[in-house]
Amino acid sequence: MIELSNISKTYGSGNNAVYALKEVNLTVPRGTIHGVIGLSGAGKSTLIRCVNLLERPTSGSVVVDGQEMTRLSRAELNQARHRIGMIFQHFNLLTTRTVFDNVALPLELMGEKRRAIKNRVLPLLEMVGLADKAKQYPAQLSGGQKQRVAIARALASKPNVLLCDEATSALDPQTTGSILELLRDINQQLDITILLITHEMEVVKSICHRVSLISAGKLVEDAEVGDFFTAPRTQLGREFLNDFLQLSPPKELIERLSETSGEDTHPVVRLTFSGDTVSTPLISRLARECSVDVSILQAKVESIQERTLGLMIAELLGTPAQTQQAISYLEAHQLQVEVLGHVQRNV
Amino acid sequence: MSSAMFDLILQATLDTLYMVAISGVISTLLGIPLGVMLYVTRPRQILAMPVLNQTLGIITNIGRSIPFIILMVAIIPFTRMLVGTSIGINAASVPLTIAAIPFVARLIEGALNEISPGLIESAQSMGATPWQIICKVLIPEARGGIITGLTITLVTLVSYSAMAGAVGGGGLGDLGIRYGYNRFNPTIMLITVIILVVMVQGFQSLGDYLVRKTDRK
Repeated sequence: MIELSNISKTYGSGNNAVYALKEVNLTVPRGTIHGVIGLSGAGKSTLIRCVNLLERPTSGSVVVDGQEMTRLSRAELNQARHRIGMIFQHFNLLTTRTVFDNVALPLELMGEKRRAIKNRVLPLLEMVGLADKAKQYPAQLSGGQKQRVAIARALASKPNVLLCDEATSALDPQTTGSILELLRDINQQLDITILLITHEMEVVKSICHRVSLISAGKLVEDAEVGDFFTAPRTQLGREFLNDFLQLSPPKELIERLSETSGEDTHPVVRLTFSGDTVSTPLISRLARECSVDVSILQAKVESIQERTLGLMIAELLGTPAQTQQAISYLEAHQLQVEVLGHVQRNV
Repeated sequence: MSSAMFDLILQATLDTLYMVAISGVISTLLGIPLGVMLYVTRPRQILAMPVLNQTLGIITNIGRSIPFIILMVAIIPFTRMLVGTSIGINAASVPLTIAAIPFVARLIEGALNEISPGLIESAQSMGATPWQIICKVLIPEARGGIITGLTITLVTLVSYSAMAGAVGGGGLGDLGIRYGYNRFNPTIMLITVIILVVMVQGFQSLGDYLVRKTDRK
């Protein structure tokens, strides 16, 4: 449905050229929700704007719904944009129009008749749960309601694709949840392909099927959401995951951690369980079979869509030989083991 | 006050209103398009045309930098060509209009500048043409600022029209100078000033009311 091939975008030229995007390839199949996650300034906004040519890529091809966007004339591009809805972080509703008239705007732009507009707008407002607010002005609405109006507006021209530019970043967590639910319904019931950009893992976790990680204008990772949350392949991916899980050793422990191990130290490890290993009583077996004691410092179970992910930070108490054996035992049972460092014994 | 005096004052008031109305309407009709052009032809705007933008900017600035009293006499040949005379309220309306057009244009440009760029971007994402963006987004969204700008213009025109009176333009300024100053009649001078104050207050109140009425923020 969306196919970006070798997209680059530079600002300026010659030695002053700044790359916003560098040779980005991205394919979003029909009916899927694809998330692009990255830090501020990584190129997310530029990337999503290249899809409907709000930003024209310096090179590369943009195919949406089988149409090469970069070769369209101005008029053809405007036609194509009717088939691509977009919502924004700050909603971008017209303050001087009522809720009804905001949703009607794209239809007016297409030259629809007053009657046809009414028949289209009212069901849309019904769908986003704001039928009773039709005559109000955006200033009278909450952030979540504004985004619902923006969603209704984006859907008015019956698009096949919906682009979401940080659509929940200005909302509180609870409202974020309800907007994401609405987006998922739209995806499932109307079969609309969604490309969204975000800096929040929560958004990716809740509704995306696939996720790409963008860094300094390049896509550095592209994976199924379940895989990304259980085993990110890049350092940046791991940082996003750790931030999201808020699982890092307590501060006073970090201060005591040292890189080097010795006869009188214990390893501190981060264990990642996924799939079947979550439901296996590995820790108690570890204690029996390897004679090490396990002191659990932090633990968490997350369910990422249909998959379960367990995380644990633990200190393994035993002789160096025993703890080494324990780590091998865990790895043999498909656990990811990361040794964070070593601490002095008897503290 | 004699009834002749009263008639004189009434006529002068109507003359001032006439000059302000004529120049206000024409400068609005021409100043709004110019202001919109100044805005939409900026670099990276919806109809980016940097050369045209700079040219319009320079012309506007020239118009704004000439002192009104000099403009008035400088364009006398043009005024004669247009209305056949260089004195009277019709003649005075010409330089008033010329002076007000760039004034309106800059105020309109400023009002458009207040619109969030995100609104333009979202209209573009809906496939709006530049003309549709101007008519359906820019002007409606800037209407509060536009009304404020036009109010300022009317108030300025009242004061300029008084200046026009000094060179035979008619109206309250003319009356104040001839009867109040040249004939040492402080009553006439005072009445002239009071009427001008009331007029300006009236325009300002009307403008404020309209802004409040259209405000949706």
